[in-house]
Amino acid sequence: MTAMIEIRNLNKSFGGVTATDNVNLTVTKGELHAIIGPNGAGKSTLIAQLSGSLRPDSGTVIFKGRDITTKPAYTRARLGMTRSFQITSLVMEMSVLDNVALAVQARQGHSFRFLKPARNVSSIREDAMKMVRKLGLRKRADDPISALSHGEHRQMEIAIALASGAEMMLLDEPMAGLGPEESKLLIDFLLDLKGEKTILLIEHDMDAVFALADRISVLVYGKIIATGTPDEIRNNADVRHAYLGEE
Amino acid sequence: MKTLSKTGWLTFAVMLALAILPPVFFLTGNAFYLDLATRLVILGIAAVGLNLILGYGGLVSFGHAAFIGLGAYAVGIPSYHATWGGFDMVASYNGLFHIALAVGISALFALVTGAISLRTKGVYFIMITMAFGQMAFFLFQSLNVYNGDDGLTIDVRSELPFINLDKPLHLYLLSYVSLVVAMIVVKTIVNSRFGMVIKGAKGNNERMITLGYNTYIYRLTAYVISGAMCGYAGFLLGNFTTFISPDMMHWTRSGELMFMIILGGVSTVLGPVLGSSTFILLEEVLSSLTIYWHLPFGLMLIILVLFIRGGLMGLLIRKGR
Ligand SMILES: Nc1ncnc2c1ncn2[C@@H]1O[C@H](COP(=O)(O)OP(=O)(O)OP(=O)(O)O)[C@@H](O)[C@H]1O
Ligand SMILES: [Mg+2]
Repeated sequence: MTAMIEIRNLNKSFGGVTATDNVNLTVTKGELHAIIGPNGAGKSTLIAQLSGSLRPDSGTVIFKGRDITTKPAYTRARLGMTRSFQITSLVMEMSVLDNVALAVQARQGHSFRFLKPARNVSSIREDAMKMVRKLGLRKRADDPISALSHGEHRQMEIAIALASGAEMMLLDEPMAGLGPEESKLLIDFLLDLKGEKTILLIEHDMDAVFALADRISVLVYGKIIATGTPDEIRNNADVRHAYLGEE
Repeated sequence: MKTLSKTGWLTFAVMLALAILPPVFFLTGNAFYLDLATRLVILGIAAVGLNLILGYGGLVSFGHAAFIGLGAYAVGIPSYHATWGGFDMVASYNGLFHIALAVGISALFALVTGAISLRTKGVYFIMITMAFGQMAFFLFQSLNVYNGDDGLTIDVRSELPFINLDKPLHLYLLSYVSLVVAMIVVKTIVNSRFGMVIKGAKGNNERMITLGYNTYIYRLTAYVISGAMCGYAGFLLGNFTTFISPDMMHWTRSGELMFMIILGGVSTVLGPVLGSSTFILLEEVLSSLTIYWHLPFGLMLIILVLFIRGGLMGLLIRKGR
């Protein structure tokens, strides 16, 4: 199986806090790999280093065979990687449709196009609308993001990640703050994507993780203490002790 | 035909008034009002240009007066040398050459200063753009050839085909048409794919970068366009006042320009025009009433800005659904 992303000896500390402690991890093409771990374990910090918003202190990140360790975030996105944010990060004053359209537009190459109104570019509009419909936000298409509920914001994070067309999605707690109903919908949605996209999923919701993941890595104090199939992780003594056992 | 929105009608009405009233005043012997209107329209062009990055891009540039000054000196210096000799390379009365120089120099200045300023954000961006503006101010202050601080009188205006800038009406109509073009240019840009990126980066730069946009390059491009528009306004202003001095580049001038935009309404095409009009007219009325006009003027502007959200545009166009 070919590797989509390879993380080698990655390290990052903030002052005295070691947020990433010699992490090694390979996610293969088409895999849904979950990362679990207690609060402050360094999950979001890891994603930030993969997506390029944070530079590691040392180590290497290889994406589709290319060393991207020092590449800026926009280059990584162009290579086919996208992320969602744990704390919703959207263009608040723009509409739902415009937010998704920006993701579609990014995929179409450079945007040094000054004349034609963006809203009249049908290839962008249609794709964006398709995605908005798919996420059940059709009625909300023209509302500004600031008017949406928390649950809808979380859906938007996924819609944008999908609309960007990236092969690899880094999802940082997409279910955070969702009710059981909404979580269920999102799990089904991600199940549909399995195999088609390579997904690195960070999630506290254990039901979701065990339902979705092909493999799971457990991160504690910046260190990966175990990687394996859901069954292996469930039965791993260290993990039970360090993490699951406490629940 | 699509029916005009409320904003569309307002824009139409204001631009129609600007097209008709000042020339009528002039032709009926009130030349003074045409003068006032010319100044207001030229500053309107600069404000519309600055608004591209300030309003739509969310980048508070505090040095845009420098571009206006550069544009004015692009008229003054060639004209000066054409009259008094020296500097053969630029010595010329040719208006098209002046325009090219004004736009080219200010675009170049925007490219260099923008490339550096846009590496910073927030208050640092404001400070550094202001510093670059002041740099231009001090540079021209120290140029003794052009009378430094005392400024330069333009003896011969730019010569253009079909247009005689010595005639106030010609100068006004050129300025007016330029304003209309500037508004159309900005409107087109902000609605384009490029404009979506600029507006997106204002709302959430990190998200835009994560989507794959190198927002720095887009912003720099907008900065250059904006600077070039102000440079063009400087070309007109030089021909209008026929006297240019480093004072045109002073940071307080940049502040006034920003103020016009905020007063009129940021992120609207008409806003900066309403702002520059109100600013110039208020200044005129108050200064004719009392010599102590600065204080009431400042207070009025602050009250206007504080109490009407969205500026005059917000006041005139109630955003009802
Ligand atoms: N920019 C920063 N500056 C300083 N410390 C930071 C920074 N970002 C994260 N940290 C610290 O690094 C550690 C890991 O944080 P991170 O946000 O990656 O954890 P997490 O696993 O995502 O937690 P959660 O489950 O709460 O989202 C924490 O101790 C956090 O306080
Ligand atoms: Mg986190």
